[in-house]
Amino acid sequence: MNAIANPKPATTDTVLRVQGISKSFGDNHVLKDISFDMQKGEVVSLLGPSGCGKSTLLRCINWLEEPDAGHIRLNSERMGYAGSGAKMNDTQLSQMRSRIGMVFQHFALWPHMTVLENVMASPVHVQKRDRKEVENEARAVLKRVGLEDKMDMLPSRLSGGQKQRVGIARALAMKPEILLFDEPTSALDPMLVGEVLEVMRDLAADGATMVIVTHEMKFARQVSSRIIFMDSGHIIENRSPEDFFDHPQTDKAKTFLHSVQYK
Amino acid sequence: MNLTDFQIIYDERETIYQGIEATLSLVFISGVVSVFVGLVLTPLFFSKVSWLRKAVEWLCSAMRCSPFLLFVYVIYFGLPSYGINFDKYTSGLVALIVYHSAYMAIILRSAWVDIPADILEAGTAYGFRGAAMIRRIIGPLLLMRSIPMVGNQWIQIIKDSAYLGIISVVDITAAFNSIQSIYFNPFVCFIVAGLMYWLLCLLIEFIVNGVAHYARERIA
Ligand SMILES: Nc1ncnc2c1ncn2[C@@H]1O[C@H](COP(=O)(O)OP(=O)(O)O)[C@@H](O)[C@H]1O
Ligand SMILES: [Mg+2]
Repeated sequence: MNAIANPKPATTDTVLRVQGISKSFGDNHVLKDISFDMQKGEVVSLLGPSGCGKSTLLRCINWLEEPDAGHIRLNSERMGYAGSGAKMNDTQLSQMRSRIGMVFQHFALWPHMTVLENVMASPVHVQKRDRKEVENEARAVLKRVGLEDKMDMLPSRLSGGQKQRVGIARALAMKPEILLFDEPTSALDPMLVGEVLEVMRDLAADGATMVIVTHEMKFARQVSSRIIFMDSGHIIENRSPEDFFDHPQTDKAKTFLHSVQYK
Repeated sequence: MNLTDFQIIYDERETIYQGIEATLSLVFISGVVSVFVGLVLTPLFFSKVSWLRKAVEWLCSAMRCSPFLLFVYVIYFGLPSYGINFDKYTSGLVALIVYHSAYMAIILRSAWVDIPADILEAGTAYGFRGAAMIRRIIGPLLLMRSIPMVGNQWIQIIKDSAYLGIISVVDITAAFNSIQSIYFNPFVCFIVAGLMYWLLCLLIEFIVNGVAHYARERIA
């Protein structure tokens, strides 16, 4: 396990450094000594069977769950702990979180806000940026995800694919240093998956740093710079997509690829 | 029941206007204020500070389990012995507000628990917390999700306001009661009073339905 943990020292391009993260819920040891790094512009697909801890890992990265042990560093700043080593207060934590964009499986849009308001909310109210400037950027971001004609609509009026594109626009508007996607297409009708993956592909090509939990194997292979495969709370493979998909080394990974019918 | 009965009511319209004014102002003010007090109390149910949580739980439990009339007596007859003197109208208003704020807090708490967790989690993930979280995300959702329940509570306020005649507030009930005691026409008086309350409830339902319609596509 340690062979694949942080093989190189962090460089100035290291956006995310996950070191020795462990997390339990009662007796359930969900994450066991998880470590990996991400460089700027890297796209990592996080794969593994259901229940292996993928969501929990994403939630630890932005401190929605506080890990029991280990460090998370975002551009070398430690998540959850201030410079002095004391725990961050709520204000520091919320500023830190607003540097990470998160896209949820069930969209989790704020239903009482229009599309534009959803996208503007955090930049205006959390990051306290100038409203006019944020609005211009929000419009540009919505245009980028193809929703320029839906800005004043409520989320309840949108299709699943449109909702998830709003979810992505909401994340982008914060100018995040890293984007976390937790099964962004799993709740969508098969017909609508493509439009969301298209947007994500575009972001990847544009140099965004992304962690993607997905069951879309073809997409993962095409878009990822690296595949991290987890099983029972461990990272058991951390390799290039070609290596992983064509020559999985562990039986677990072979079984997994077989079960998702990847040939 | 005959025409003279209605003539009497018409002749006594000054008293009745006074009653209508009292009922409307009591219901309107306590209806609005109790929602806001409830909105302030509700987050305390979820406070990390255990004595705050306990305090609001006890307060709401006490209000929910005491008869409104008894509570009015406490405010109007009990408080003066501790040097707190409200006039009868203010006593009635305070009683309505405090009593129904507790109910509003309970209503809003259950709406809070029902908000889908991932919507709130998205708020946290995007850096919202504390007052901003309540103002921008939880508060609007709470209010919109609890509209039907709040509407019911408003109707309860209307009915409870009729008790305030006991402490000599001249509301609709008390106004008609005083008229019938002079002219001995209780049936007509109380029927007309009842119609007025019914109208008021219809008005509330109209408003509630309008707001509920607005809220429907905004709550999840
Ligand atoms: N808040 C929680 N409380 C208790 N157990 C949890 C919680 N969140 C996740 N788990 C448990 O952690 C394990 C991993 O869950 P999760 O990270 O959601 O897996 P995945 O996303 O890979 O399917 C599961 O056994 C799940 O039941
Ligand atoms: Mg998951």
